[in-house]
Amino acid sequence: MSRLAATELTVRRGGRAILDGLSCALEPGMLVAVVGANGAGKSTLLSVLAGLLKPDAGEVRLDDRPLGAIDRRELARRRAYLPQNPRAEWPISVERLVALGLTPQLPAFGGLAGGLEPRLTQAIAECDLTAHRHQPATTLSGGELARAMLARALIGDPQVLIADEPIAGLDPRHALDTAGRLAALAAGGKLVVAAFHDLTLAARYTTHLLALRDGRLAAFGTTGQVLTPALIRQVFDVEAAVSGAGSTAHVDFRAPT
Amino acid sequence: MSPLGKAMPWLAGLVLLLAAAASLFIGRVNVAPAEILHGLTSPDLSLAGLVVTELRLPRAILAILVGAALGLSGAVLQGLLRNPLAEPGLLGVTSGAAVGAVLAIYFGLTQVAGLAAPMMGLLGAMGAGAITFAFGRGGTLTLILAGSAVSGLMAAFLALALNFAPSPYAAYEITVWMLGSLSERSWDHVLLVAPFILAGLGVLGLMGRAIDALALGEVQAASLGIDLDRTRLLALIGVGLSVGAATSVTGAVGFIGLVAPHLVRPFVGHRPSRTLLPSAFLGAALLLLADILTRVIHTSSELRLGVVTSLIGAPFFFWLVLRLRKTAP
Repeated sequence: MSRLAATELTVRRGGRAILDGLSCALEPGMLVAVVGANGAGKSTLLSVLAGLLKPDAGEVRLDDRPLGAIDRRELARRRAYLPQNPRAEWPISVERLVALGLTPQLPAFGGLAGGLEPRLTQAIAECDLTAHRHQPATTLSGGELARAMLARALIGDPQVLIADEPIAGLDPRHALDTAGRLAALAAGGKLVVAAFHDLTLAARYTTHLLALRDGRLAAFGTTGQVLTPALIRQVFDVEAAVSGAGSTAHVDFRAPT
Repeated sequence: MSPLGKAMPWLAGLVLLLAAAASLFIGRVNVAPAEILHGLTSPDLSLAGLVVTELRLPRAILAILVGAALGLSGAVLQGLLRNPLAEPGLLGVTSGAAVGAVLAIYFGLTQVAGLAAPMMGLLGAMGAGAITFAFGRGGTLTLILAGSAVSGLMAAFLALALNFAPSPYAAYEITVWMLGSLSERSWDHVLLVAPFILAGLGVLGLMGRAIDALALGEVQAASLGIDLDRTRLLALIGVGLSVGAATSVTGAVGFIGLVAPHLVRPFVGHRPSRTLLPSAFLGAALLLLADILTRVIHTSSELRLGVVTSLIGAPFFFWLVLRLRKTAP
């Protein structure tokens, strides 16, 4: 069980504040959808929360310890991070790619210990990749690769998962499947923070919603309370109708008139 | 991994052993194999014994050290940059070593001290590596840009040395040195560069985990606990020490570092860490074989090592480009 607390995060690039005094407290059991228009600062926020980008001001604490004070391998064991559109740089097999998620668990030399083999098989099966296990990762389709990368992120059993658009590019079945897995992780006591573009999926699966507008926190709260037409107008500049709740929730956009 | 992949280090090691044996038995002077074995095992001063222990053995050991340095450096840099065209000269240390050695020839230091060229070469490599590090800190792209800037600067210095060469003979000597050679190298050369090359190989050998994680890209590697700054620094130190020292003693030897990892990669499932040891072995074997060619092909003036490796390596490069064109999306 791990929590992340961000206080007054500010990141500046070229004189512009990409994140501007953002604070939030993320608790175990939450599946937090980070939403916002293009350029609102979603990816920057996720990088800072993952400890991969040092903010110009403010800090992130993982269980009351500043990220900068945590040994990088310990941090790697406790939180997993998936960037947007991750790529495999060599034609290594899917199995090898997924096993790389165990890098912080393994000693510097020597291969995969025998005890980890079942975990690898399980992680591959959970992401519906068993048929592709020995296929070079560079020959996977975009959606298959996204699933392989998710398996890579989850194989180390991290307390915190931070993922930048893990559902982008997935077909409907695998999109629902992945959203369901993220929700199940959160229900199991993990903290999951993910950027979402599909607001209907966010409405149905996430527990919390963190909305960004121009690097500032527009709203943070339970998805049911926060995801309203007013917020969507404020964050995306479009009119929207939000109908239903929970597993039948639906977000419909209308072009501005 | 395939059984062939598991056996790859052993196979490469076997190729290296065969090449090393061939290097001892084949040469300008015909020595019967029995005499060579006798020369290796007993300390008497027969001509055959001298040829083997004072000429061929140091030469073979030097070829192994230099080839291993080139092969391993190539494998590490290709893994670090995730670019199959990366080669050890990228960081500027090769041309730095060349400038050092050429300055030794230019100022006539080689007439005074036999080891002046490799010693100055070592200094040049270290200096070039330091400049690359000073300008290239903070990113992989900046490291490469700094490396090519240093290479450019060193090439300018080489041209300058040729331009103002004190005599046509010095200019000739500089040109010939730059073509690379293992001839007339003694145990002194081996003892001078071996510590640097072995230290560099040791540093590069530590990088398997980091370059494996880099198969996921830099961001994911960093998220898995890999310290990218430290990884780049280790690569620069390892390549600087091993290839810098190697170039100091042999001159420029191209293509070995580019080619060796490619010969290994398909057999080890393209895992970057698994290419390291076999690349070192194969690099050494390739250099031994190239050196044997310079000895068995009789020409009026010595066929230089760097010429042989380039003649064999350049067509390979074309093949690589064609293959990349086919597989690239």
